[in-house]
Amino acid sequence: MATIVAEPTGRPVVREPHELSFIRKYIFSSDHKVIGIQFLFLSLFFLLAGGLLAMMIRWQLAWPGQPMPLGSLFPETMAPDGIMLPEFYNSLVTMHGTFMIFFAVMLLLVGVFANYLIPLQIGAPDMAFPRINMASFWVAVPAGLIALASFLVEGGAAGAGWTSYAPLSAMPEASGVSLGQQMWIVSLVLLGLSSILGSTNYITTVINMRAPGMTWMRLPLTVWALFITAILALLSMPVLTGAMIMLLFDQTIGTHFFLPAEGGQPLLWQHLFWFFGHPEVYVLILPAMGFTSEILANGSRKPVFGYHAMVGALVSIAVLGFMVWGHHMFQSGMNPLLATSFMVSTMVIAVPSAIKTFNWMGTMWRGNLHFHTPMLFAIGFVMLFVIGGLSGIFMASAPFDIFIHDTYFIVAHIHYVLFGGALFGIFAAIYYWFPKMFGRMMNEKLGKVHFALTFLFFNLVFFPMHTQGLAGMMRRLYQTTGYEHLEGLQWTHVLITISAFGLFLSGMLFAVNFAWSLFRGPKAPANPWNATTLEWQTPSPPMHGNWEEVPVVYHGPHEYSHPDVADKDWLAQNERPDVVSPARP
Amino acid sequence: MAGAVTYYAGRAPERGLAVYTQKVGMWVFLASEVMFFTSLIGSYIILRFGASETWPLPGEVLNIPVTAINTFILICSSVTMVKAFAAAEVGDKRGTRLFTLATALIGSTFLGVQILEYRELLHEGFGPSSGLYGSTFYTMTGFHGFHVFSGVCCLFWASWKAFRGGYDNRAYKGLEVLGLYWHFVDLVWIILFTVVYLI
Repeated sequence: MATIVAEPTGRPVVREPHELSFIRKYIFSSDHKVIGIQFLFLSLFFLLAGGLLAMMIRWQLAWPGQPMPLGSLFPETMAPDGIMLPEFYNSLVTMHGTFMIFFAVMLLLVGVFANYLIPLQIGAPDMAFPRINMASFWVAVPAGLIALASFLVEGGAAGAGWTSYAPLSAMPEASGVSLGQQMWIVSLVLLGLSSILGSTNYITTVINMRAPGMTWMRLPLTVWALFITAILALLSMPVLTGAMIMLLFDQTIGTHFFLPAEGGQPLLWQHLFWFFGHPEVYVLILPAMGFTSEILANGSRKPVFGYHAMVGALVSIAVLGFMVWGHHMFQSGMNPLLATSFMVSTMVIAVPSAIKTFNWMGTMWRGNLHFHTPMLFAIGFVMLFVIGGLSGIFMASAPFDIFIHDTYFIVAHIHYVLFGGALFGIFAAIYYWFPKMFGRMMNEKLGKVHFALTFLFFNLVFFPMHTQGLAGMMRRLYQTTGYEHLEGLQWTHVLITISAFGLFLSGMLFAVNFAWSLFRGPKAPANPWNATTLEWQTPSPPMHGNWEEVPVVYHGPHEYSHPDVADKDWLAQNERPDVVSPARP
Repeated sequence: MAGAVTYYAGRAPERGLAVYTQKVGMWVFLASEVMFFTSLIGSYIILRFGASETWPLPGEVLNIPVTAINTFILICSSVTMVKAFAAAEVGDKRGTRLFTLATALIGSTFLGVQILEYRELLHEGFGPSSGLYGSTFYTMTGFHGFHVFSGVCCLFWASWKAFRGGYDNRAYKGLEVLGLYWHFVDLVWIILFTVVYLI
């Protein structure tokens, strides 16, 4: 074999000369790893909060008008005698969506993993702007607190749905919620600021902080996905911020942007919201696709099938994602010709999505499959994403969409992509990177039980919702009784609610596993999964500055079972070519 | 074993663009700012087309000559900003001080004129709740003013730093990055002046 001269080793990482104080180290830290972990605790808290709201929603749907367990804890304004009021139900639905989309899934995907993984996977000592990174966390905290606190103010939390369509959201006299709605806006403007600060950092870091030898086509797919996601968030979040500010002004200083009586245009809100909203959908799924690609390669001990096609698919999904927002508005009285063009552009997204799906199958094909917990969740992601993606194609078709508009079919679809997709990807990623974050392994057995129960209950909860939607169950309905066409469906609501409780409890299993492993889990080695990317080539957890010296990258990101390597089935990105034992001399 | 060779050899070490990190960061941040102003200006265009019969003609409500002079003032501040950066680049500390402070002062003048304009309009009874025209006018120019205000604050801070000799031909990045922001704010105003005042 021809010998290759090793490239020079990297520079030593500049480290702080003295120990940092407790506050600078764990609270106002500018270390990307600490910030990632701070985001992890914040977003898991909101995942729990959003889950609890969902349980209350489910109670009302299965047993309308029955007092909730522990319902007496709620004040008169929410649930007198434990029976929830319609206004409170509206707040629950709105805040469940808000918590889950903005504070749980988005923060888990981007706040946690972009922060934690980007510098480690590209071989950088930290983010490009560590203090801006710290600011992005400390802006997200008050955003979350304001959203939570809005339940306590007069009139309750925002109740106009997570999409807050105007004019309902702009007219407190119509919705009965004034301060709650304004707090909702302020909270999301702050979260948008946090997201923009974060995205600026992620994009700059990926562009300019890569280790020597880390070419664009050697970036792990997780980094690619997070990079593209950051671009989407960077360009879509400000549009939401602009819309939110106009909505806030309509409520507070008497402007008329969305109020038709004065010439304002309610439809403008829908356009602005969905111009943000559709790229946001991909913000919520692309990182999970990145994690899945990487974990499937690891669990199959094979390189990712079609790496370049995977990158191309990510990029084209992002570009197309900005051109399809009108498919949320087929019911708005849109010109059918325009609806057709949105329909076609939406359906085109099926092409890159299918490329990804087939490449995941290609990655697993004839692999040496290891079914560890992250792998199980990654496979679950692929299966459920396919179901959610296919119902997405149904809905892209304007005639069908008009039929199922604002029904539980939509609810089923969004949960298949956001829970079955994004959240399964998140669970896979947490199980996979937990050892790196905390230096301890999570319990495999509990993890597998968690997966099995989550998969089972998830499908029991959300699959029947397709049928309910086709049967005419409306999306934000408070009371299921009293509608002739819904009478036969009541038993399905009960089935779904009982399964939802099961789903929540299996989530608790994860919480127990997480908390227990944090303190009692077995110590993790540097590279427990025999993985190839850079973060596994430094101790678990990595020291401040990540590396003893900046690594030099020689190989692609997912080099498993390489034919030229004899003694192991993986090849780390920074392994020097002259010390790898050749299979064929 | 030709295959193995191409596999291992790889490409020469790659480390980002030939542009320093702070500058890349500012470009990226400005991309989001473009989208923010696009949402406001785009909404303005949509709302105006929807209510074109009742929309006031240019000059009917707003005082175009005063704002035209104010626009010229803001453009002048972009010139002094460039001069400040050019002076720092060649190590002319006196020029850096002078031009940075000049930019901050000219920016403040712009803000002062804008505040006087607001006072005048409010006095005439034209406020943010005066129909769509008032809503869009105050939101767009107000957010632009907020951006100018942030820029002016940074410029005063930069002047303070310049007076302490903080910028020279090795350390001028901060000034260049601030300059990018300042030119962007200036450019937004030229667009706003055109769409809000002139057409």
